[in-house]
Amino acid sequence: MSNSNIKKWYSDNFRQFEKLVESDSFNSLRKEALSKFELTEFPTKKDEEWKYTSISPILKHEFVPSPLSKKETSTISSIESFKIPNLDVHLLVFINGIYSKEFSNIGNLEEGIIIDSLFNQLKSNSDFINQYLSKKETIENSFSLLNTTFAYDGYVIYIPKNKIVNKPIHVLNIAADELSKPLIQPRNLIIAEQNSQAEIISEYVGKDKVENFTNIYTEISVDENANVRFYKVQNESDAAFHIDKTEIVQKDSSVFNHFSLSFGSKIARNDFNTKLDGENIELHLYGLYLGNDDQHIDHHTFIDHAKPNCESNELYKGILDDKAKGVFSGKILVNKIAQKTNAFQSNKSVLLSDEASIDAKPQLEIYADDVKCSHGATVGKLDEQAYFYIRSRGVPAEAARSMLIRAFVDDVISEINIEEFREKINHTIFEHLHREEF
Amino acid sequence: MIKIKNLHANVEGNEILKGIDLEVNAGEIHAIMGPNGSGKSTLANVLAGHESYEVTDGEIIFGDQNIIEMDPDERAREGLFLAFQYPIEIPGVSNSVFLKTALNEIRKHQGKEEISAKEFLELIKEKTEILGMDNSLISRSVNQGFSGGEKKRNEILQLLTLNPKLAVLDETDSGLDIDALKIVAHGVNKFKNENNAVILVTHYQRLLDYIVPDFVHVLYKGKIVKSGDKNLALELEERGYDWIIKEQPVSV
Ligand SMILES: Nc1ncnc2c1ncn2[C@@H]1O[C@H](COP(=O)(O)OP(=O)(O)OP(=O)(O)O)[C@@H](O)[C@H]1O
Ligand SMILES: [Mg+2]
Repeated sequence: MSNSNIKKWYSDNFRQFEKLVESDSFNSLRKEALSKFELTEFPTKKDEEWKYTSISPILKHEFVPSPLSKKETSTISSIESFKIPNLDVHLLVFINGIYSKEFSNIGNLEEGIIIDSLFNQLKSNSDFINQYLSKKETIENSFSLLNTTFAYDGYVIYIPKNKIVNKPIHVLNIAADELSKPLIQPRNLIIAEQNSQAEIISEYVGKDKVENFTNIYTEISVDENANVRFYKVQNESDAAFHIDKTEIVQKDSSVFNHFSLSFGSKIARNDFNTKLDGENIELHLYGLYLGNDDQHIDHHTFIDHAKPNCESNELYKGILDDKAKGVFSGKILVNKIAQKTNAFQSNKSVLLSDEASIDAKPQLEIYADDVKCSHGATVGKLDEQAYFYIRSRGVPAEAARSMLIRAFVDDVISEINIEEFREKINHTIFEHLHREEF
Repeated sequence: MIKIKNLHANVEGNEILKGIDLEVNAGEIHAIMGPNGSGKSTLANVLAGHESYEVTDGEIIFGDQNIIEMDPDERAREGLFLAFQYPIEIPGVSNSVFLKTALNEIRKHQGKEEISAKEFLELIKEKTEILGMDNSLISRSVNQGFSGGEKKRNEILQLLTLNPKLAVLDETDSGLDIDALKIVAHGVNKFKNENNAVILVTHYQRLLDYIVPDFVHVLYKGKIVKSGDKNLALELEERGYDWIIKEQPVSV
């Protein structure tokens, strides 16, 4: 399928889709996005930002925007296997990107806190929501425009001033349709006002063999003094395609911890852009990417140190086996006025096979003179001396390698401060690599 | 127990061990001493099967088989144990999971059943008590953030738990304060019986005050250049290595 044919496919689908949404207040933005989408080409490897990731396999399929796909095939009988055992959460469930009232269990919320679907909010609270939607500066591309064109559902989390969400918010996005190829486009919004706190686990999973294309757009505001921990998990089927663009703005003295834990899908591309738009901000970006078979996992992070006295810390680690390919591009921009910036970045990958590879591209652009910045990227094998040590106790080679994998991921995993969730992730790591769990 | 015959080994193309002959019988304790860089750790690593060392000649007969071709984990399951000069940290893997995994592999090899959780806890409790180790060290990641002395004690905890036939202890005394030294020595003496054996690598007589060797060997430039009984160690303490080195034929 050529680039222009697939664009026509999505434009034609919009005529159908529009009938579902034309009365809602977001529709003018959808139409505006559609006309831009029609004038924009999908990125190719000639674009600097897409140099290491070819998205042409995604353009070969005619994905069906999920509100239009057949209801019968878009269901699921149970979500138990996707839950986090023994953890009490505010649970939001989306099946193929559409809110499932049946499976969700939001529970009681303190007055003023909103945890809801975008679909419901656009109906019942549209004036409020429209103040925040599509307000972040961003460089649009075909994927973000496609998301806006078909924006339909997603999650909305709003935590007013001084409020603390008492337990983790767990958002489960399940791709469930094995028959058609669903285009799942979550449109998410998180607003943490001054002094508020929340922990959010945003998980994208899929039933085996579902050939979905998930194309996410998330906007996050972390206001003055707010503290947000955000865990993104991507464990979709190995036939899935996954694109995520997340725009984050932090204000004075806020603390934001962002995790990207990437396991599934055939091609995954993540763009996490953070603007530190205030002073005394703390930002931590943690990443873990595990690839096997012919998976391709790409993380692009961008940290904009716009103001003085902020600290950003980035730690991304990857394990790549078989013919898997990883991409890490970490850009840090320190503005001229952003004196006393501390910015540290580290990217480490382990290649378990000779055919696995990683392209790592750290970029520091520093315009202030009184800053502490560093970056480092290493690629290697598992630690030989530790391997000998473990085996010298009688532990066979494969189990020893599994222990070394546990050791390698530890500095990311140990930062997950919800124990039940950490255990589930640990389990996922070893399940994904088909190894004994340690 | 173990017969080492004409053992030659290279690291990165350099010959480090240049023909070692050593026989250790059940019930014996052998001390290996020698100046820095003489090849003591190399010998210990070669015995344990480290893959960076290439054995170019000679034999290592452990029990009744030549183990030169055996992987390190096979050697361990056969009953060989190396306490490391520099124990390794394994973040994220708890000491107890590590020990239990190793112990069960060894038991499986011996045709025994896996140890039950309860038995394992009792075993660990008994061994940590011998070593005066804080119980919290058991649930922590292997050696991670342990002090130098705690790491060495942890090596001996592994020794006592895995209960091998031959223990090779590489400078287990270095970095220990005098009380810890006594405790570690006590641990080794608890381990020792007439059916097993110990090879102790050390620089200092003070360890040999507590673990009394039957034989003392001096390794110099990859060869055992002198052997004797425990009095040799006392003599070395007094006179250093110079007099032995001078006795050596000048190599051409
Ligand atoms: N992996 C290695 N790569 C390169 N050289 C090595 C390696 N291991 C050992 N050597 C060299 O082999 C020689 C013997 O080293 P070894 O560690 O066996 O000495 P040692 O007798 O244990 O010394 P010490 O008393 O200081 O512990 C040294 O010159 C050392 O640099
Ligand atoms: Mg040594």
